[in-house]
Amino acid sequence: MSQKTCLYDNHKNHGAKIVDFAGWEMPINYGSQMDEHHQVRADAGMFDVSHMTVVDLQGDRVKPFLQKLLANDVARLKESGKALYSAMLNENGGIIDDLIVYYMRDDWFRMVVNAATRDKDLAWIHQQAAEFEVTVTERPEMAMIAVQGPNARDKALSVLPEGVAEAATDLKRFNGVAVGDWFVARTGYTGEDGFEIILPEVKAPDFWEALFAAGVKPIGLGARDTLRLEAGMNLYGTDMDETTSPLTSNLGWTIAWEPEERDFIGREKIAAEKAAGVTHKLVGLVLEDKGVLRGHMKVLCDAGEGETTSGSFSPSLKQSIALARVPVGIGESCEVEVRNKHLKARVVKPVFFREGKSCL
Amino acid sequence: MSQVPTDLRYTSSHEWVRLEDDGTVTVGITDHAQDALGDLVFVELPEIGSELAQGDACCVVESVKAASDIYMPISGEIVDTNQSLVDEPEIINNSSYDDGWIFKIKPNDEDDIEELMDASSYESELEDE
Repeated sequence: MSQKTCLYDNHKNHGAKIVDFAGWEMPINYGSQMDEHHQVRADAGMFDVSHMTVVDLQGDRVKPFLQKLLANDVARLKESGKALYSAMLNENGGIIDDLIVYYMRDDWFRMVVNAATRDKDLAWIHQQAAEFEVTVTERPEMAMIAVQGPNARDKALSVLPEGVAEAATDLKRFNGVAVGDWFVARTGYTGEDGFEIILPEVKAPDFWEALFAAGVKPIGLGARDTLRLEAGMNLYGTDMDETTSPLTSNLGWTIAWEPEERDFIGREKIAAEKAAGVTHKLVGLVLEDKGVLRGHMKVLCDAGEGETTSGSFSPSLKQSIALARVPVGIGESCEVEVRNKHLKARVVKPVFFREGKSCL
Repeated sequence: MSQVPTDLRYTSSHEWVRLEDDGTVTVGITDHAQDALGDLVFVELPEIGSELAQGDACCVVESVKAASDIYMPISGEIVDTNQSLVDEPEIINNSSYDDGWIFKIKPNDEDDIEELMDASSYESELEDE
């Protein structure tokens, strides 16, 4: 049974090619994935991410609850609207999901989790929330539109409702602000500046068209994937899952080890893994030969074998790139097995292109 | 609606085939195929001189989205490949039936072409997809 977001008719009217994504009928592109990718890097594009799950967590003990639930520490959030990226781990230290949590008030946090993991996330959160008497409220009546690119904020500000625009103008990176039933955050999944805007579904179709009239072009899931890959951002279910730890998923930076007494779920396992020394890490690969890297290709290096987790042609770099889980002893170069041929690749930090510039 | 020129023959795996005056057979992918694949970024051409049977996977085209095999429409020897695709695979998106040809075959038996679909059969197959 497939679901549609409140922007489905807008997508059809803008010529979208629709595909199934985690049970949702979503636009893969509106013509050319390549043009859409460049549109975001050079100007401004908008993504319908209403399929993602917005969850409000409320209660007097919501902060200690999240300090147990998440590997990152919400105590780092001091100002209202501030965002934190975190992994949610199981008892084995495997990643249940990655998410963004916003501090709204002392007794209210808002979380945005992946659509594909919605059911298991909600079950897990409910299960953990009980002892903290935290209320878990999904917000399916909310739409979410990401507006990304160097001109995205200016163009979005020109059409945001009065009051909302004023409040969003001076937002710092990774901060958000709620105005009435709108919420605007300076976050995203492309490596470009921009906003993620949560708004009531009933207002979303008109707002989408207002953004379009302001020169923000619709962008499909295809370009969303190449943009996030260039930015070196993991995709849940592809680059990481319940069998991988944050330490082997390039998410070590999201684990708050201090204070030592904070007993978050999975801590014991990943602390032991860290103490013993990790065997693998997630790196970036840049293909030096001609060809295209994809997920699940074998990586060969002196230190052993690894595997690509995501790969694509990078429209910005005009060569192929990949994320790969490889032995920690990998050097500066390796080979990737592509259709029985061994192609040369350079090993780099897993971030390729952000804010209009190559990171290589 | 995608273009299906009437002077070509087609396979159900979306290759087109044209018999040239010199007896060679030119092969490419159809407008429908290039549209379904999206922006092409890499073409792995077959090796000249290789002798292949009908249905053999002989080369690969890759779009941003995915890799897709190209199959030999008829048995024969690869006698030429389109080198411009090495640096500009997007020629296939822009001109799938002309500048975007992929390789040429010297067929084992020219009559094999007659077994392939004509334009109207291919069009009705597309409608059924």
